[in-house]
Amino acid sequence: MKEFLMLIRGGQEGYQSASPNEMQKNMEHWQKWMAGLAREERLVGGQPLVSEGNTLTGSKKAFTDRPFAEGKELVGGYLLIKAESLAEATEIAKGCPSFEYDCSVEVREIAPVG
Amino acid sequence: MVAVLVKVFGIENLEIAEDVVQDALVSALETWKFRGVPDNPKAWLYRTARNKAIDIIRRKKHSKTIDFSDPERKLLTSEYTLSSTMDNFWKEEYIKDDFLAMMYACCHPDISPENQITFILKSLCGFSTKEVAKSFLTSEDTISKRIYRTKEHFRKHQIRPEIPSSEEITSKTTVVLSTIYLIFNEGYNSTHHDQLIRKDIISQALWLCKSLLDTELTQLPEVYALMALMLFHTARLDSRLSDQGELILLSDQDRTIWNEELIAQGSRYLNQSAFGESLSTYHLEAAIAYKHCIAKSYETTDWKEILKYYDLLLKIKSDPIVSLNRCLVILELYGAEEALNAIKSIKDQKLLKKYYLYHATLGDIYQQLIQPNIAVKYYQNAMKLTQSAPEKQLLKHKIGEILN
Repeated sequence: MKEFLMLIRGGQEGYQSASPNEMQKNMEHWQKWMAGLAREERLVGGQPLVSEGNTLTGSKKAFTDRPFAEGKELVGGYLLIKAESLAEATEIAKGCPSFEYDCSVEVREIAPVG
Repeated sequence: MVAVLVKVFGIENLEIAEDVVQDALVSALETWKFRGVPDNPKAWLYRTARNKAIDIIRRKKHSKTIDFSDPERKLLTSEYTLSSTMDNFWKEEYIKDDFLAMMYACCHPDISPENQITFILKSLCGFSTKEVAKSFLTSEDTISKRIYRTKEHFRKHQIRPEIPSSEEITSKTTVVLSTIYLIFNEGYNSTHHDQLIRKDIISQALWLCKSLLDTELTQLPEVYALMALMLFHTARLDSRLSDQGELILLSDQDRTIWNEELIAQGSRYLNQSAFGESLSTYHLEAAIAYKHCIAKSYETTDWKEILKYYDLLLKIKSDPIVSLNRCLVILELYGAEEALNAIKSIKDQKLLKKYYLYHATLGDIYQQLIQPNIAVKYYQNAMKLTQSAPEKQLLKHKIGEILN
């Protein structure tokens, strides 16, 4: 099994304007999805991220007091999972509960270096 | 609460679970002092303990203290699922199961009985190390060592508390019951204590047994039987000791102060125990205790029926102590000569000789055979073998009666 990173982008705005009831439903969805991954021993880790942050760019380390991307491009969370192939990892990513709020998920294999 | 937190942190992290409970209680006292006790104090405590547990998980997420490899616990490491996973641990219907699961984990044949009892009193009955130490008249250090050893056992064998499957439930419950009965006897006939009877320990044993009866899976005939047995014994508690703390024999006990309510409860449990095919030693011991409880006087006790139960008991398991008690029944029924024959025919005399009751019984027999010198000798032997002050007192009294 290989390790894959899922970068979850966007969806925060939709989530934050949802009703408490909908939020609750979405949390239950996360719970169910992640529990399934944990049971299959695919879950390595993962966290949601707050929307604020700082960005440093270039050799001069130019400083911006916000994340690089905004809105739909903003990384809202990540997951590290185990899967046999990119195809399988992609299939798993389809279950991501943030799709309910119009996110995008980028699936990337962890690169073995050296 | 400890049982839930043990499930959260793992049984090897008992002390973290205990710290959380302690912290929650301290917060409760501090907050309630100013704002008054909330409408639902239990829910408030649970909530507080839950939040403290979340803090600890966040702090120890990357440490090796807690084993997060288990799927359910794995979900505690992600903020996506931490809060709702933690809530699942605290669901009312699971809390009861966690409690039983802990009991089954502690009562493992590989863990010595005294370690089992120590761990149960500490983790499930809320005794402090000091209290447990006091109960066994030993140092807090010894108790800490016992707890440590038990935790090491859990860690080494990666034991997770769980309620056994329905196939295993009967055999595993046997161990749990014998531990509960040991706890009860520790309270009923405290071997380590000046006080012969420890009501606090007795009530814990009753409570542990009751919690088995509150769950369908563990409503087994022998569980009902043990409950009945312990209730019959408990009903007679107050008549067993005089105001001066001296032991009073069954024949001299004031039957009017036997607790009728407990006897009635015991009888109900004994009736409920009569299903299935199992006839356990608890059934028979309860039946014997019941016969004693309903006898109007010592003389009118149904000794013949009791003797039958003893014979059945010995068929299930040959036990020199049971044989010894049977001799006392024979002494009542057929006199000293017969009793002497019976006691001499018990196998394993070597083991018996270490037991104070063997010598005390022989003392009684020789007393009735009007051989006072031999009787005194046996009573003296018996005195050397018991550590209990009230038992010593009783034997001294008997010797005194002969010599005067």
